[in-house]
Amino acid sequence: MTRDNSLQVDKDGNLRHFLCIRGLTSNLLTDILDAAESFAGVTEQTVKKVPLLRGKTIVNLFFEASTRTRTTFELAAKRLSADVLNISVAVSSTVKGESLMDTLSNLEAMHVDMFVVRHAESGSAHFIARNVAPHISVINAGDGRHAHPTQAMLDMFTIRRTKGKDFGRLRVAIVGDILHSRVARSQIHALNLLNTGEVRIVAPKTLIPAHAETLGVHIFHDLEEGIRDADVIMMLRLQNERMEGALLPSEQEYFQLFGLTEDKLTSAKPDVTVMHPGPINRGVEMDSIVADGPRSVILQQVSHGIAVRMAVMSMAMRRVGMGGERN
Amino acid sequence: MAESAGNIPDTIEQMAQDLAAQLEEQSIENPVMVGIHTGGVWIAEQLHNKLNIMEPLGNLDISFYRDDFTRIGMNPQVRPSKLPFSIDNQHIILIDDVLHTGRTIRAALNELFDYGRPASIMLAVLVERGGRELPIEANVVGCRMTLGSNEQVKLIGPDPLSLEIQQSP
Repeated sequence: MTRDNSLQVDKDGNLRHFLCIRGLTSNLLTDILDAAESFAGVTEQTVKKVPLLRGKTIVNLFFEASTRTRTTFELAAKRLSADVLNISVAVSSTVKGESLMDTLSNLEAMHVDMFVVRHAESGSAHFIARNVAPHISVINAGDGRHAHPTQAMLDMFTIRRTKGKDFGRLRVAIVGDILHSRVARSQIHALNLLNTGEVRIVAPKTLIPAHAETLGVHIFHDLEEGIRDADVIMMLRLQNERMEGALLPSEQEYFQLFGLTEDKLTSAKPDVTVMHPGPINRGVEMDSIVADGPRSVILQQVSHGIAVRMAVMSMAMRRVGMGGERN
Repeated sequence: MAESAGNIPDTIEQMAQDLAAQLEEQSIENPVMVGIHTGGVWIAEQLHNKLNIMEPLGNLDISFYRDDFTRIGMNPQVRPSKLPFSIDNQHIILIDDVLHTGRTIRAALNELFDYGRPASIMLAVLVERGGRELPIEANVVGCRMTLGSNEQVKLIGPDPLSLEIQQSP
């Protein structure tokens, strides 16, 4: 995976594309969280819209199914007054044999300003960012097992709103299928950039990537040990569709060992916050009582997703006269 | 020509009296007040006290409504606007520090209407200067200044308040 920062950030440090957390500065992450705080206020207005991106066209380019991410990107764009085009490529032109670059060129010819891309292939958002016309910004909405940076930022925003701005005091445990999770990778980079006190990953040995310790985390294979005295527990979804071979004995056995229940939660701090990026496999990753309980902020995460995506889209939108326009 | 720091309190006192007179003339009894971030809020805080307005003071950050976003991009340090009351059918007194091109007020009016439909809006500014680019005028003016097109007047504060004239390049 490329770590070419010049792709994401221009020479003045402004966001150009938003592809992965890695390579960004903690200041930029804080800027995104601050901007999201302001945009969260927009939803209190009668007219839940600001005219910031009026006249801009944003294309949601989804090569992989998603409801929550696509709809929150769509709502975020609409609340910025942009025009939105939703394209599910799996069901359109690639079926007819059109190549990715041809699809992009056709959209560019329609004078769009931004692509929001989800793709099953790691690195696809970087590939598109390198190959689009210079006036177009690319936002990564999830690429393979690599990154899902807006999900990580909405999680950081949710932690900041529930626990305050000082991440240094926090012990955060990420629980579940770390191996297949682009969400976990982006979360770990974001938590470390924001100087989180301790970041832990908790999973069976088969669902932890090789060399995970180099990511700056502590590794646990026992749920109760892993969440002991945790301030925040970030559950991950079991990625059934990405599992190959026998990594898990069965969902029931996984729930026995790694499913979050009220009982197991007692080893965490009493005011622990429980998060999940959705969609939840109830009774597999966590008990319904926990998911719907007072410590859960799962639905707040969804609302925060809109504000964070508004922040990222308005910060990445190319400015006229900044070297981004087409000649 | 420049307003010295010493008489800003007097100017604000005069603005409060002028506002009170206008409210009476128009038979407005329970107005709400909204200051435009940053300087407008400082002045609004004082006027809000002097006029004994019941509802808490609102504040607007008009950054999301600026008409030059596509040129200058976004400043992430935008404060959330706070209007701690419903503005439907309310009489609003909008406060800003300097009225120059009128574009800030245009943006503020647009933002206000995204919160609801006020009964009326009145504008009070500490300083009025020439250079209007839109048909917008204030109902109450603290003081008038004549400045060159390369000069900017800026309110420094909040305590004490003073006006500074800067030469722009």
